[in-house]
Amino acid sequence: MPAPEGPQRGNLKVYLGYAAGVGKTFQMLADGHAAVERGVDVAVAYFEPHARHDTIAQVQGLDHVPHRKLDYRGRTFEEMNTDAVLARGPRVALVDELAHTNIPGSTRAKRWEDVQTLLDAGIEVWTTMNVQHIESLNDHVWQVTGIRVRETVPDWVIRQAAEIVAVDVTPEALLNRLKRGAIYKPEMVEKALTGFFKGSNLGALREMTLRQAAHEVDLRQSVYDEASDLQVPTISKSSSAETSGEQLKERILIHITADASSAMLLRRGRRVADFLHSTPVALFVHKTPEFADLPAAEREAIEKHLRFARNLRIETAILGGQDVSRTVVDFARRNQVSQIFVARSPSGLRERLLGGRYAEDIVRMADDLQVIVVANRSRRHNS
Amino acid sequence: MRVSDLSRPSPERLLRQVQAEENKRWGARLKIFLGYAPGVGKSFRMLDEARRRHERGEDIVVAAIQSQQPEDLQALMQKLEVVPPLQTPDAQVIDVDAVVRRSPQVCVIDPLATKNPPGSRNSHRWQDVQELLRNGISILTSVNLLHVEEYREKVQAITGKDTAETIPKSFLLAADDIVIVDVPTDLCLWRLGEKLTSIGISNIQERQLSELRELALLLTAEVVDAQLETYVHAHGIEPVFGTQERFLVCITPDSNALAMIESGKRNKERFQGELHVVYVRHGDRSDDDTAAIETYLKAAREAGATVEVLEADDPIAAIAEFASEKRITQIFIGHSSQEHWRDLFFGDPVLRLVRAAEGIDVRVFPR
Repeated sequence: MPAPEGPQRGNLKVYLGYAAGVGKTFQMLADGHAAVERGVDVAVAYFEPHARHDTIAQVQGLDHVPHRKLDYRGRTFEEMNTDAVLARGPRVALVDELAHTNIPGSTRAKRWEDVQTLLDAGIEVWTTMNVQHIESLNDHVWQVTGIRVRETVPDWVIRQAAEIVAVDVTPEALLNRLKRGAIYKPEMVEKALTGFFKGSNLGALREMTLRQAAHEVDLRQSVYDEASDLQVPTISKSSSAETSGEQLKERILIHITADASSAMLLRRGRRVADFLHSTPVALFVHKTPEFADLPAAEREAIEKHLRFARNLRIETAILGGQDVSRTVVDFARRNQVSQIFVARSPSGLRERLLGGRYAEDIVRMADDLQVIVVANRSRRHNS
Repeated sequence: MRVSDLSRPSPERLLRQVQAEENKRWGARLKIFLGYAPGVGKSFRMLDEARRRHERGEDIVVAAIQSQQPEDLQALMQKLEVVPPLQTPDAQVIDVDAVVRRSPQVCVIDPLATKNPPGSRNSHRWQDVQELLRNGISILTSVNLLHVEEYREKVQAITGKDTAETIPKSFLLAADDIVIVDVPTDLCLWRLGEKLTSIGISNIQERQLSELRELALLLTAEVVDAQLETYVHAHGIEPVFGTQERFLVCITPDSNALAMIESGKRNKERFQGELHVVYVRHGDRSDDDTAAIETYLKAAREAGATVEVLEADDPIAAIAEFASEKRITQIFIGHSSQEHWRDLFFGDPVLRLVRAAEGIDVRVFPR
């Protein structure tokens, strides 16, 4: 890493919840007040103007950097004024809704990118998000709730957070808040109750949040191991003792194609790699490494998948090879890969031409390796 | 395949249902605020909820409070009615009779894990709570992870301190609601100040707090998962997939079963998931095979797996059905042996499983 120039990077703290109304913003603002009392310079950098009234009450008394107002298609939208926050330069900036997509015409496309700018300038950022916005959980969430979340935050952004706080409330209390009209306007309540706020959805998302928070806490424990040689008793779970052994070092290869399932495969591979503390690599194989002969749509799909891989901080490789499956397996053996992630072979003829029947071939050829045929986490109807 | 066995609810679930239904009859709900250490703010969250519910018109009393009250708690307490506890020389005991006579909708009890002095009607405070629930009174109460019996050893390993006052984990699993009060470890340390030393835990470090925090989050997730299971069954909904990782290792006499079980165990620990091991018996097996399977199943039990032996003509179909029933997220299976005569008829079993186990990852192991 190059020697840091300018200010030391600010810390990131994420308040993680499982739905609108669980109290993430409220908790963040309450902690903000407590920090101010301790003499910390705190400023609200973005605050949802349509928030619940008890949350609005909570923002009173905190310094607020005015939002930027933008006109888009005849309506006025409010965004965080990142430049103004930089100019104000608080110790801690509170930024609501990390997963938000900025209105076209903003300097940066995503709010999490604005947050990176603040962190780079040495400002500590506290922010809020729901578990369903974590990129690698996107398919999980879709499978469980039937809702495809469009606004996602890459996992590495969350990983750089120094601190994750789970904001928990029972689904019962949340539903009461919803019915009292404390979360959405009355006309929205009925729709919410039969959609996202269904009992089974809330329970599943809540469990996901708790497990994710536990995972994030676990990941951050290695910091203590590196930071000190103190003999601290640790509980007997695999984390410290076993993974340090080189013989257990896993290397994951993700085989991507033009098929849409590649995005899901990348998310799944990234997630498993994180849990195994391993570095994944994504591989695309085509007859020629240039893939100039591919139809434009396919080429675009592949480029999109490669970009997505880099976005998830997955190393990428492109190889030429007449026999795709053979090339994948050879690459795996040459690079000490221990696990190959492949998508299930699609069943439709068109899809089969695009994605090939590589799963079968790779399973057959790589009988000395672990091959994970990743499920197409399509939606199971559960109403 | 013994389908009837699979759809039968687990004893734990039945117990939970019975306990929950017993309380429901009287409309009483038990809500627990769980924290990973003193100083996370359980009492504040709980009393603040009591205050809000009181303001919305619910009839709430406080039957037990911590002896040392910080200022913010004192302010909340002023708004709430108290049923004074019985004063004994060295402890406060809930006046169960007085609370039942007062008959409020909701009763606040802080903390839950307390031993009553000898001669009390119940030896533990959680038994007082059960009595109040049976009398139709809902309970708000707080529990520190340190006091959950099943975590006692782990916590002792982390903190070096033991506690005599514990409540069984089943009590938590039977609660109608559980909420985790989570704060960053540094904030907890900062708030604690000398509080830890006063309860007998000294030089606790951030790393140790972090481990307690992880345990508390996972315990809450477990309770939520159990509630979800109950909900899903009560509403006749298809199981929700993919919330918790559940691994299914399929063993055969000639598979590399020990390595697969070992990997399954590691994955289970890493993902804090569940581990199942199945063997499908079909056709005749030689004595050698039987001995091998016995060894593998023994290893599976030692790895903490739930072990199941199924009987089926079509092992692949049986595995797929079992996996679906148990909400499995990942199946472990060995690479097929080459040119088995059966495969010529039915196709490569691994590939058949991949096709049959829709929605589930299939991890194929080297032989």
